[in-house]
Amino acid sequence: MMTALLPLTLLGAVVGLDTVSFPQAMLSRPLVAATLGGAMIGDPMSGLIIGATLELIALETLPFGASRYPEWGSASVVGGALFAGATDTQPTAGAMILAMVAALATAWVGGWTMVRLRQLNAKWAARSRSGLDAGARGTVIGLQLKGMTADLIRGAALTALAVLVFAPLSNASLALWSADSRISRAFAVGIATSVAAGAAWKLFHASIWARWLFGAGLALGFAMVLR
Amino acid sequence: MTHVERRTPPRAVAVARRSLPIRTELAMLLRLLGLQGAWNYETMIGNGIGFCIEPALRLLPGGIHTPQFKAALARQSKYFNAHPYLASVAVGALARVELDGEPADKIERFRTALAGPLGSVGDRLIWAGWLPLSSWIALVVFGLGAEPMTVLVTFLGVYNVGHIALRAWGLRVGWNRGMRVAQALANPVLRRGPQVIAPLASFAAGVGVPLALMRVIGSGRALLGAVIVGAALGAFFLVRLRGRIEGWRLSLFLLAAFVLFAVAR
Repeated sequence: MMTALLPLTLLGAVVGLDTVSFPQAMLSRPLVAATLGGAMIGDPMSGLIIGATLELIALETLPFGASRYPEWGSASVVGGALFAGATDTQPTAGAMILAMVAALATAWVGGWTMVRLRQLNAKWAARSRSGLDAGARGTVIGLQLKGMTADLIRGAALTALAVLVFAPLSNASLALWSADSRISRAFAVGIATSVAAGAAWKLFHASIWARWLFGAGLALGFAMVLR
Repeated sequence: MTHVERRTPPRAVAVARRSLPIRTELAMLLRLLGLQGAWNYETMIGNGIGFCIEPALRLLPGGIHTPQFKAALARQSKYFNAHPYLASVAVGALARVELDGEPADKIERFRTALAGPLGSVGDRLIWAGWLPLSSWIALVVFGLGAEPMTVLVTFLGVYNVGHIALRAWGLRVGWNRGMRVAQALANPVLRRGPQVIAPLASFAAGVGVPLALMRVIGSGRALLGAVIVGAALGAFFLVRLRGRIEGWRLSLFLLAAFVLFAVAR
């Protein structure tokens, strides 16, 4: 894991930047970022599994306007890498839960760092007030590039710090893991599905058609998995 | 009696343009991807609007060293708030009125009037519609057993076709309509889009929940019945709480508690 720290940090920086600043192409969604994080460790499939689980949870938080939300990009890189980095001798379900905890905690801290960055951007804008009022081209472009660079550094620092903290913590916890594998996995998936179903309700509660379509989709989905 | 002639500096004669040079349009489109680079709680995306319009303002008579350019850039870098994708409509329209040489006070009133609708329409269309739909489609593909690359290409492909098309359309329609851009907001995609996307996303979510659950659950499949009942109860509980606690925070708390239980037992 530590040998991949540099590529993971760079990836965390890019997807952290994508969250809001550039280009908001949703590289920062857990489904993408965790899979790429896993790929950096050599196991994109494990990254995808944790990414899909985190995506179910992330569907609840949508980046409306100035609302405060977790930063899923860098966090999902950490989650994907931790789960992909679990060895064959370690309990897989335990590694999954620990990767989810690490990702959710990093997303929380990441959301806070985004707020701090926005405050910093405001401070920089206030200091450049005279240049902005004068229509100085260099000031306008400079502020924009400064904000993006700071966001890139924010994502890199957050990812590196989270990997350095959670990788040893995860290994130590897995050495002591005693919960049944089936129960651990079922617990993690149950929680993610609860949040996703709650998020889906937000989509269809206002429309009778949408409710019926959700029900029809659910029936089809269950028919496909039970056949 | 001496006659003092009071002269005001002559207004730059604006050249009516039918289209932006392709290089300028591409530069604006690229900059639109970084519109929120200096996002803050004071001016929101105001500086970003100035940043995106700047390539067009270079086309003002006299270029970047004129008072007209500086006044226009200062005007366009003030507070502005809108959905980041639909802000492209504002960028196109504001670039047009600046190059058409409209009076400053008229441009400022127009700029203020643009912000509100571009925010609410974009939030419903993209954050509450297109993004969840793209995610659920990708989760369905994942649940069907697809390889990582297929899932990623599906998600990023579906989402970004809409994303980039909306930004490019917004810039073009804003430029073409200028002051009359309000008519563009009556476009059926913007007006009826959320009503069409929400049911589609609901259907995809219905299919996606069981498929994704089954693929992730692995060894926990033996407890599938309990997971389904638990997930339904959990979702009901979260909906009843009506946002008093966010699902991700509750998830973190419960999972951390499980870790403590599994490690300390």
